[in-house]
Amino acid sequence: MSEAEVAERDIIEFDVLIVGGGPAGLATAIRLKQLRDDLNVCVIDKASIIGAQILSGAVMEPAPLDELLPGWRDNPPPICQPVIKDQFSLLTEKGRYWMPNPPQMNNHGNFIVSLGATCAWLAEQAEEAGVEIYPGFAAAAPLFDETGERVIGVSIGDMGIDKAGNPKDGYMQGVDIHAQVTVLAEGCRGSVSKTLIAKYGLDKDVDPQTYGIGIKELWQVPAGRVTPGVVQHTIGWPMDSSTYGGSFLYQLDEDRIALGFVVGLDYQDPLFEPFEAFQQFKNHPSVKPLLEGGTIISSGARAIVEGGIQSLPKLEMPGALLVGDAAGKLNVPKIKGTHMALRSGMMAAEHLAKELASTGFDQRWRSSESADELHKVRNIRPGFHRGMWWGLINAAIETVTLGKLPRTLHNHNDHDQLRKISEPRLSPVYDASVRSLAPRDRLASVYFAATEHDEDQPVHLQVADTNICITRCKEEYDNPCTRFCPANVYEMVEEEGKPRLQINAANCVHCKTCDIKDPYQIINWTTPEGSAGPNYVNL
Amino acid sequence: MKILVCIKRVVDYNVRIRVKPDGSGVVTDGVKMSMNPFDEIAVEEALRIKEAGNADEIVVASIGARQVQEQLRTALAMGADRGIHVEVDGNIQPLTAARVFLNIVQAEGIDLVLLGKQAIDDDNNQTGQMLAALWDRPQATFASGLTFDGDKATAIREVDAGLEVLEVDLPAVVTVDLRLNEPRYVKLPDMMKAKKKIIDVKSLADLGITPTSGVSSLGVRPPAGRQAGKKVETVEALIKELQALGLVND
Repeated sequence: MSEAEVAERDIIEFDVLIVGGGPAGLATAIRLKQLRDDLNVCVIDKASIIGAQILSGAVMEPAPLDELLPGWRDNPPPICQPVIKDQFSLLTEKGRYWMPNPPQMNNHGNFIVSLGATCAWLAEQAEEAGVEIYPGFAAAAPLFDETGERVIGVSIGDMGIDKAGNPKDGYMQGVDIHAQVTVLAEGCRGSVSKTLIAKYGLDKDVDPQTYGIGIKELWQVPAGRVTPGVVQHTIGWPMDSSTYGGSFLYQLDEDRIALGFVVGLDYQDPLFEPFEAFQQFKNHPSVKPLLEGGTIISSGARAIVEGGIQSLPKLEMPGALLVGDAAGKLNVPKIKGTHMALRSGMMAAEHLAKELASTGFDQRWRSSESADELHKVRNIRPGFHRGMWWGLINAAIETVTLGKLPRTLHNHNDHDQLRKISEPRLSPVYDASVRSLAPRDRLASVYFAATEHDEDQPVHLQVADTNICITRCKEEYDNPCTRFCPANVYEMVEEEGKPRLQINAANCVHCKTCDIKDPYQIINWTTPEGSAGPNYVNL
Repeated sequence: MKILVCIKRVVDYNVRIRVKPDGSGVVTDGVKMSMNPFDEIAVEEALRIKEAGNADEIVVASIGARQVQEQLRTALAMGADRGIHVEVDGNIQPLTAARVFLNIVQAEGIDLVLLGKQAIDDDNNQTGQMLAALWDRPQATFASGLTFDGDKATAIREVDAGLEVLEVDLPAVVTVDLRLNEPRYVKLPDMMKAKKKIIDVKSLADLGITPTSGVSSLGVRPPAGRQAGKKVETVEALIKELQALGLVND
């Protein structure tokens, strides 16, 4: 490695560097070129192509797109189905009880989209506007000026390093990208954003961030079952009432169904397995008939940011901004973040178009309608910390009072919510005999994520102290990483009579749940080689 | 020496292939596409030949819709000098592809044509051979080693009995196998430079070629799914099951 370390790294300079080609990053780029064609704007993304590592429900509010790209409705993204009906229900193990649709979840005028396909489409618009987009290049770390105080860009990870850290044949040193302003649009729990939020203490005056995990599958089902535009959500079974979450099922055109399950990562039972809850939901008597005989097109998982405005870090630091879910803009009661991401990106662009500086962006966003939107619903998600029933009543009160009650409920860290394994089990034990739909297990599911990592590279999931895994964690929580990871990355194996944590990093779908939920906060998710990771199709 | 590398845009090798519900082909909408991996090896080999001082220019050519320019850009970012895009909607057959490449070879005065041994989408393994025949020049297929000496090239082929060594007179066609080399990673600065390199766009009409359609596809079907297995508790039960299926004698 010595020779490689000595070599000077190439430096590329842009006016604005955007880290992440999701809705927030691409909206920033497009808006910026619309306002300031003279600026050099670059978007990098760790995925092999734009959209391949984007996963969302997704029902989208179209208003920000109307503003960003007037006329988009004549040239819509490939999957864009107007919502025709909203249905909300409470599930029990065998039954379904229809409930009034919560007003925040009224989707009249909204569209069911594949956010992955939408981002690929947005990337085309951005390139036409003159944005330089480079997928396949992962931001490994932020770069600072000589004082160490100001962000001046990011470094791109090296390619062709073996497991032990030595350069292989074809080793290629990464470059450094410098920019006057770096916009972090990495999405929920971005690895560079996490480093910078900690360095600048951007979250020191707010509540801890809280998260969820969403697992999604796209199905092709036999003709005639699907009513395009029907949007269904459920709460209740297969989760106990202490756990926040529920399902979504969106009926698309061409006999396709997008469905998934979202679980609050503040769940308390170490034995709970989000992936299994999703599979059990699919095999519910009211869901299974829709899917039976169909095939999975693609599947994956992604952590979701749920903390709302009371957990929102400061959005600016010297030389850099946070946009979209890298900051945490998702509106939980609406279960939507795309419109917020697009808006915050556009707002960042409008800010930077005036003067290429981050100063004042936080203030600008906080005095915007987006901030009002999050403020109004701030107490709904934390209300569910006391269970589903209390949460629903609290949500009704908050909705009726438009969030004007003079109180703000607080968030908590997800990683310290687990009860000890010695305490009684909370989550139901599922009846495996009702399960007949694919995938059989998590490994079979990973196959549909088409995730790919060169096995001979350093493990990108860094566990600081694996001794904790076999001692304290085993005793206190029975290694919950082996259960919350939707891709079966973490396994406890016996070796010469001793337990050992095995990290199957090549399975990783980049959801970042482990980085969030690990009770000792010893797992650090870092970017693997560029292009590695899932290759989702229309998620 | 002037080298032509022919490349094809295909569904990426990581993608799980799905057949369209109507059986008219495989799904490519929203699917990751990339350069045929064997063609990438051909590009890499061309670069190494040039870097060793045995070639002056590398031209890359591809046939297909507008999007094939993405793969041409990748080849340019790896280090090829310029691109030629022959724009065609829909699929063409190997014979048409060979005729297109022949046209380019003659117009450009090419000394060496490198192609992947086959494309991973249709596995035809025909274009290189047909091109050599139409061009009436020697061919070395499935090369896993390639060296040059004056106006001759020596190719190593992996055959059942071991290694076969072929010497061909240039100009010639060489199709490349997996073990010839390992393609380089594309550098970001090179990707930026590649945006400024030239890609000439031509149509089949410009080249005076009408596509042949000697073969038509009747339908595409996925392989039958595997039947679920059955678990039995004892050896006796297993034998009984096998006997019931007539797989072992009573």
